[in-house]
Amino acid sequence: MNSTFKKNILVIDNLTVGYQEKNKIKIIANNISLNIKRGSFVAIIGKNGIGKSTLLKTISKVLKQLNGSITINGKNINEYSYRELAKTISLVLTERLPESQLTVLELIALGRQPHTNWIDTLSKIDIEKIEWAIKETNLEKLRDNRIDELSDGQLQRVLIARALAQDTEIIILDEPTAHLDMHQTIKIFELLKKLTHKTEKTIIISSHEINLAIKTCDQLTILSKNKIYSGTISTLMVENAFENLFSSEIVKFNRTLQQFVINKN
Amino acid sequence: MKKSTNISIKNSFILLSVLLIVFFFLNISLGSVSIPFEDIINIFTGKSISKESWHTIILDFRLPKAITALLVGSGLSVCGLLMQTLFRNPLAGPFVLGVSSGASLGVAILILGSSVFGSFFVTNSISNWSLVIASSLGAFLVLFAVIISANILRNTMSILIIGLMFGSLTAAVISVLAYFSEAQQIQQYLFWSFGSLGNLTWTEINVFSSIYCIGIFGSFTIVKTLNSFLLGENYAKSLGVNIKRSRIIILLITSLLTGVITAFSGPIAFIGLAAPHIAKILFNTSNHKILLPASALIGAIILLICDCIAQLPTSEFTLPINAITSLFGAPIVIWLLIRKKKIFV
Repeated sequence: MNSTFKKNILVIDNLTVGYQEKNKIKIIANNISLNIKRGSFVAIIGKNGIGKSTLLKTISKVLKQLNGSITINGKNINEYSYRELAKTISLVLTERLPESQLTVLELIALGRQPHTNWIDTLSKIDIEKIEWAIKETNLEKLRDNRIDELSDGQLQRVLIARALAQDTEIIILDEPTAHLDMHQTIKIFELLKKLTHKTEKTIIISSHEINLAIKTCDQLTILSKNKIYSGTISTLMVENAFENLFSSEIVKFNRTLQQFVINKN
Repeated sequence: MKKSTNISIKNSFILLSVLLIVFFFLNISLGSVSIPFEDIINIFTGKSISKESWHTIILDFRLPKAITALLVGSGLSVCGLLMQTLFRNPLAGPFVLGVSSGASLGVAILILGSSVFGSFFVTNSISNWSLVIASSLGAFLVLFAVIISANILRNTMSILIIGLMFGSLTAAVISVLAYFSEAQQIQQYLFWSFGSLGNLTWTEINVFSSIYCIGIFGSFTIVKTLNSFLLGENYAKSLGVNIKRSRIIILLITSLLTGVITAFSGPIAFIGLAAPHIAKILFNTSNHKILLPASALIGAIILLICDCIAQLPTSEFTLPINAITSLFGAPIVIWLLIRKKKIFV
């Protein structure tokens, strides 16, 4: 058991995710068990509404877990304080930011909050981390721009920089390429892959870019109605996981190309 | 973090502080009795002055009034800023929680109720303290209800609606009370609702300013949380903020400040909504480390100016402060908005 926790930064066991309101419980997905290796770039894929975002929000404790256990670094997530968790997991969500007059630099600096004192003074280390995050995401030219002046792709990079500045072992991104064009999408995937290998952080994303995820990610987790597949591309191919993703005939997995292709009938 | 913006922020703060001091002394020097400026300086420095009565006028009437204006203006502005950030709504102000409506209800029951319920209230003359106690009780009753609903409700917007509902409810109760009251009582209540910065004794100022200090200090301790709220509640949570606790702290500070201000000076409109917007437009930032002191300074300055106007220099009359704040303030905000074209939370 100990070796599982050593190798895997995140261990999810028999988890049920969903929403709890007063006495009504709406279960989105259950029986989720998976391990995520330290320092890997992981994509969670699956159909719309299967529970990708709900799962990510539960792992980051934005939503309460309904059942099962989530263990991060060998410690149950419920034993983490808010601040401790904020030092372990950083988030990039799909929701729109409220309108404000924040600049790129100010927004990235907010990532340092779990590390700063009560009045939020930035120490030398804080400033170093912020500058490093700006450099890694290539935002030097935009640093003094206001966030409402940015394009979707630029804003996504700023949000990734904020998560980097938070300096956590795990970064979770919910559909980081949702509103982006093909070029920007590939750039974000490559940035995330580069960051994983350079910083040894664990980056977990949810995505609909299956073909791109197959090409760039170290590990894939496929959520489907009956079963959850998780592993490297080759293990998933042995398990016929990709064939089970879409039931329709419109999109099919081509084993030789290792890509999904559109059926031309 | 750019140097040039840092300098301009520093300069703006120096300018605002100078304006505050200027209008503070201008406020003291204006009134129905004209007192030469040198004599005012002499009174503060303890030198001899030409007329002994001036001593009393300045130290026991005008100085407490100017201090009240300062506390009320800055306190309401800070509340407004907190509410706008918490609800991420530019229309939010200190009165949205219905706390001041609660205070009004307390006072209405005290003044109007005495004619409706007759002998229940023994004395006819209503002292300042009983007004303060009645409005504090009303404010805290509503505060209590708001905090309870904040604990039950997960959605921040629902709290806003509930606050507005409390406002409507109390307004309705006041209408009913007024319907059954005599003209004299209605007039007395109306005068209270006009707002007044004067008539506070030094003891009252001491009580007022101690509670004010607690509220202001409290708001400075949550600057970090307020900044994290700029990203929305989910991001704030992911930055380690305890949302529920922070929400209650913000509500407590606002209610405490609004409650005590309304108790001592009546429901003063406009400042709490406008001053934070003026600060946001002037400083071009959403950072609460800057906005909090800036709103406080601007609110205090506006109220001091409004009070100068309300005194109608060299005249015996004093206009209701509540009318002046909106009469002169609203066009300024409209003008600023049209110029800047955009408003931020």
